[in-house]
Amino acid sequence: MTITEQRPSYRYVGTRPVRHDGLDKVVGKARYAADLVLPGMLYGHILRSPHAHARIVDIDTSVAEAMPGVRAVITGADFPDLPADDPERNMTRNLMARDKVLYEGHAVAAVAAATRRQARDAAEAIEVTYEVLPHTLDILEAMEPGAPLLHDDILTTGLDSEPSEPSNVANRTCYERGDIEQGFASADVVVEGEFLTKPIHQGYIEPHACVADTGQDGKTVIWCSSQGHFRVRSQTAAMLGWDTSRIKVIPAEIGGGFGGKTTIYLEPLAVELSARAGRPVKMVMSRDEVFRATGPTPGSVIRVKLGATGDGRITAAKAWLAYESGAFPGVWAMLGCMCVVSPYNVENFLIEGFEVVVNKPVNAAYRAPSAPMAAFATDTLVDEIARRLDMDPIDLRLLNCPSAGDQAPYGPKWPLIGLRECLEAIRDSEHYRSAPAAGHGRGVASGFWFNIGEASSATVNLNENGTATVVTGSPDIGGSRASMALMAAEELGIDVHAIQPVVGDTEVVGFTDVTEGSRATFATGMAVVEACRDLKGQLRGRAARMWDCDVEDVEWADGRATHSGGEHEPLALADITAEAGRTGGPLGATASLNARGAGPAFSVQVTDVSVDDETGRVTVERYTTAQDAGTAIHPDYVEGQMQGGVVQGIGWALNEEYIHDADGVMENPGFLDYRIPVASDLPMIETIIVEVPNPNHPYGVRGVGEVGIVPPLPALANAIHDATDARIRELPMSPPRVLAAINSGNGA
Amino acid sequence: MRYVAPASVAEVVALLAGDPEARVFAGATDLVPQMRAGRPEPSVAIDLKKIPRLTGVSLTDGTWRIGAAAPTADLTGNAALAADLPGLVYAGGLIGSDQIQNRATLGGNLCNASPAADSVPSLVVNDAQAVVAGPGGELTVRVIDIPSGPGRTSLQPGEFVVEFLIDRPLPSTSDAYLRLIPRTEMDIAIVGAAARVSLDGDGNCSSAAIALAAVAPTVVLVPAAAEALVGGPISDDVLATVAAACAEAADPIDDKRGTVAYRRQVAGVLAKRAVLEAAGRAGNGGGR
Ligand SMILES: Cc1cc2nc3c(=O)[nH]c(=O)nc-3n(C[C@H](O)[C@H](O)[C@H](O)COP(=O)(O)OP(=O)(O)OC[C@H]3O[C@@H](n4cnc5c(N)ncnc54)[C@H](O)[C@@H]3O)c2cc1C
Repeated sequence: MTITEQRPSYRYVGTRPVRHDGLDKVVGKARYAADLVLPGMLYGHILRSPHAHARIVDIDTSVAEAMPGVRAVITGADFPDLPADDPERNMTRNLMARDKVLYEGHAVAAVAAATRRQARDAAEAIEVTYEVLPHTLDILEAMEPGAPLLHDDILTTGLDSEPSEPSNVANRTCYERGDIEQGFASADVVVEGEFLTKPIHQGYIEPHACVADTGQDGKTVIWCSSQGHFRVRSQTAAMLGWDTSRIKVIPAEIGGGFGGKTTIYLEPLAVELSARAGRPVKMVMSRDEVFRATGPTPGSVIRVKLGATGDGRITAAKAWLAYESGAFPGVWAMLGCMCVVSPYNVENFLIEGFEVVVNKPVNAAYRAPSAPMAAFATDTLVDEIARRLDMDPIDLRLLNCPSAGDQAPYGPKWPLIGLRECLEAIRDSEHYRSAPAAGHGRGVASGFWFNIGEASSATVNLNENGTATVVTGSPDIGGSRASMALMAAEELGIDVHAIQPVVGDTEVVGFTDVTEGSRATFATGMAVVEACRDLKGQLRGRAARMWDCDVEDVEWADGRATHSGGEHEPLALADITAEAGRTGGPLGATASLNARGAGPAFSVQVTDVSVDDETGRVTVERYTTAQDAGTAIHPDYVEGQMQGGVVQGIGWALNEEYIHDADGVMENPGFLDYRIPVASDLPMIETIIVEVPNPNHPYGVRGVGEVGIVPPLPALANAIHDATDARIRELPMSPPRVLAAINSGNGA
Repeated sequence: MRYVAPASVAEVVALLAGDPEARVFAGATDLVPQMRAGRPEPSVAIDLKKIPRLTGVSLTDGTWRIGAAAPTADLTGNAALAADLPGLVYAGGLIGSDQIQNRATLGGNLCNASPAADSVPSLVVNDAQAVVAGPGGELTVRVIDIPSGPGRTSLQPGEFVVEFLIDRPLPSTSDAYLRLIPRTEMDIAIVGAAARVSLDGDGNCSSAAIALAAVAPTVVLVPAAAEALVGGPISDDVLATVAAACAEAADPIDDKRGTVAYRRQVAGVLAKRAVLEAAGRAGNGGGR
């Protein structure tokens, strides 16, 4: 279902054609990085740390080097040591440990050999002498003075005065407005709580994979699965100490990323091994390695306190957020602070966030990173306020809903946003208007993600037969090629399947930032539209030449050139491209831009659950999500993003978690015990696309890729409370935890 | 590693006798993932699926014979078997997914000796016998005597399971199996419970057996639960005693899949529910 505020109706935009890359994927023809085999290719294998924290005393590779089939062995010492202020230094030290290993699974050495097995056996024959150090796995413990230090040079930034001693707290973020004491003093209801979440993996089905072929000319070609091959190029160059012009990166089809493939893990290792061996080298992670050494999104401890008047107006919010970022600092706490109370207008607030390093894998982005944990806290407490005041939870949210011109907690004034429309869409939905079935509990929650713009490039070439090729630099992780083709079809007025959308390598298309922040259809789409508009100008010029008239007398509409005086028969695009050789040569256009004005995204969701009160098992019975897409270019893929976000949120809420033993060794590095949902766990996720067009995009696009994962955590917690009276403030709400909560009768 | 697919039980016996590193397999749905995870490969992998006696499912003289290497898809697809032993067949149909069940077998499920194996409690409550072949010929062993610990069995070197024998249930008898998994499929039991119940003409329980999975190093038979059931109607009080006896008999560990307290409590809950399900079928003309 789609609820459209006000937007023009289009011929192609908003339709649901079969995606261009669909058939290849269905029949198994699509090529992923692990599918590539080159003549003479070797296989790389990484030796990883068995310890959560240890000093590397010695690495002896002599036995491994002499083993059958082995062509190259590398360690951290084979890469330049970047200076302390280099922004890529932590990335390089994550890819290959130096001096210390900081988590179980940290890469220590790598081998290239003729077969996978030879490479594995040789890697296992590398002798590493470790001096095991005390480790820290728990956020609150790691924050304490005296906790084992991961780094001796982290001085917390963002404090009122710079600390003199290093700690595990990398930074502090603070947003503050109004008078918080006053705000709570004027409240009739005050609710508060501490909320705990574990690290969560993105769970993409395709493990990281690449092939690197380094030639004697000192150049390399990398085929890999990533969300951004230009970043693969720059990060690989940084780790190798190379100029980027020596590196060409060819994007393969990608089998899921969700943020986890916005950074690299393998590529510089494969390049270096290939350079030493003089052969192409393939590296493919196992699922075990994916869990131990890539991804996750942070675990968190979040304390929120909210005050509201008796009629439901939120008067004050206090939030304290600590995010663990794994072995190196990130930006996760800041992102959480930006989102924690953003779906509400609050005059008085104090938001304080801390980024904490612990001996776990280095965190990577995951769909609206840091927002779901923050929403878990806030939207659970908002539900408590609604209950205390006996108010409808949607009405309470509508009462506190920000709109254009209000100031967001993290600073800017809200542009045109669709939160109110999403709330109304859920309120008016058939789901919300029908009572939950007997014994089922219902929960509602909202979520915010800001979305980003960044740099994008597109080249559009018209072929002699009147078809078009659209080349962009955005890896397609959610159907973006189909959306690019739809926008180009709308502009040029030709059928969407007369357009071939292509993701170009780093040498055929202009620089394009990573597919992240829900930006591809927004920003890269803008570049496509700009190139098409340039082409339309060119097409008018060619028609003028063919008619020998003034270009001002030529109009372009519906894919045809018409003469304003009606003196000539209209020319279709194919009529003009057929004559291009005689009118000035091939037609093509390129646009490169920095997209500004990304539209903030909101989602509101309602779910009904049943809980087996003797086993604690939760069944999601019904789920509806409303999300502001701005304009849904290809509604199937908008719905796909909405549903995918919800499903990942359900997994996070109910069963997913990193489990470490006391030594810091991950205990569940596989899909058997790291439980992402399977299809039969889920009801159909019902979708309501809300369209409040983003005025900063030619078709009104907002990003849709991320915000859907934000509300499920609190929505499910609220629904479980409704069903059982148990308020669960710790994830996952797995059967043992839910049963324990029911047994202890913890009503709120 | 060498692969062989003998055509007779005698050939398997000879192969195993000649090479202590040789190992039989059926569906390989445990064997291959374990090898991938780094367990040592056998010198010879002996495929049991090409031996007709090991893949057949038949009813003769009141006894079901189920080949140790018959895929569980052949059990779920067998209506007569499902009518006689619905709990066992249901358990076989829980293993993995359709693809897995085209390969997975009762012999593999038992001899892999996972405490969480789904079909084993049902074999046990139905008092299944295993025909074991080895250097000394064939002998018949109670299924409950085969698992001896996680990943360990009482089978001697050179021995393997040929088939299972289960007597057809008496009239007004049925079985049931229930497991707790956080997901709905592709998961491993945190707790499993099988029950077999016979009712007399008055609806009183005349015989019963209860067995639990995943709550101890091996499958656990709970005689105290059976004793509580036999001789009277299946009342709430009796069921509470059954649940308590199962919680008591469970000897679980705390691990990543569940806590001791959780497993004990849920063992009782599932046992109670399995009894009710089996009794419901038995009272409805289950068995014959
Ligand atoms: C994706 C997936 C999901 C699964 N889900 C479940 C589940 O839900 N429940 C469950 O219980 N299991 C599950 N399993 C485990 C497995 O499928 C079952 O245990 C299955 O019954 C094993 O049968 P198999 O024939 O494939 O065993 P194999 O792998 O062939 O053999 C397993 C072991 O038993 C030995 N063995 C096999 N046959 C004999 C014999 N006749 N005599 C002596 N030794 C023998 C082998 O040497 C080996 O050690 C799952 C496995 C996978 C891969």
